Amino acid sequence: MTATDTLPDVLETAASWRDSGRSVALATVVETWGSAPRPVGSHLVIDQDGNFEGSVSGGCVEGAVVSEAMDVIETGTPTTLDFGVADETAWEVGLSCGGRIRVYVEPVV
Amino acid sequence: MDLSLLKTLNAERAARRAAILVTDMANGAQRLVRGGDDFHSDPLAEEFARRFRSGKSGLVQTDAGEAFLTVSVPAPRLVIIGAVHISQALVPMAEIAGFDVAVIDPRTAFATEERFPGSTLKADWPEEVLKDAPLDPFTAVAAVTHDPKIDDFPLMEALKTGCFYVGALGSRKTHGKRLERFAEAGLDPALLARIDAPIGLDIGAASPQEIAVAVLGSVIQALRKMPDAAP
Repeated sequence: MTATDTLPDVLETAASWRDSGRSVALATVVETWGSAPRPVGSHLVIDQDGNFEGSVSGGCVEGAVVSEAMDVIETGTPTTLDFGVADETAWEVGLSCGGRIRVYVEPVV
Repeated sequence: MDLSLLKTLNAERAARRAAILVTDMANGAQRLVRGGDDFHSDPLAEEFARRFRSGKSGLVQTDAGEAFLTVSVPAPRLVIIGAVHISQALVPMAEIAGFDVAVIDPRTAFATEERFPGSTLKADWPEEVLKDAPLDPFTAVAAVTHDPKIDDFPLMEALKTGCFYVGALGSRKTHGKRLERFAEAGLDPALLARIDAPIGLDIGAASPQEIAVAVLGSVIQALRKMPDAAP
């Protein structure tokens, strides 16, 4: 038993949420620059009501990813999101650590 | 992602098998490549081989555009052959370092719950235990019983299955005899050179606890200094 085993597994959560009839999107960190809090490959799973499990940052951009994910669930079309202090939206959502991340959001159908 | 593809990926992960999910970033198309698949003719074959070793996910440029590889490899595991004094120190240390740890020893006087509280202890012969939980390239094996009847089989299995670390306790003389037995059993000399013996980093470890530190150091070195290992 390792420490990480005590946390819910995001990909298992995604499958079980779908099985229980919820609409689900999966967000994945696909690229990072500079000091990013979560490594490439980290996942966040989101349902149609905005419930989520996992992380793609240290909590800095999860809110924005969740709202984008709800659109992805609605439209069924994957999208790619960029976050970083270099963004014009930095004052709203950005990474305080100064890094940049790119997040892929896809529906689980 | 298709739900059935997600479930296939989850099943591979649950069974401690490596897999890579390939996502075409332009159109979202996905496919799954298993570690055991024959992917030599795949245009991404080299990339797959490299990432199965490193366990690192990432973007790659392909002829068809950009693709993201979600790489899933099992958590590193340490299988200790021998429920001896060294193992009593090595189990908690390795667990703190993040390894899944199992101890195997058929000698019921050694393999007791009292000596190994709360740990994964199998009081049976390695031949039996490894049938149900086979070794794999994401597993390290440390054989510390000093008894060839117990140590030899799991050591040879570890070499054959490509365990990322294979260590054996014993003096140089004992190890020399071991190498002779393994050569007689038909093992490739190149494989035999992979055995870390005398076991552990050369830090002058004297007590069982210190030897446990030396062994864990060697295991971590093998894990992190593998070709293309994650930094």
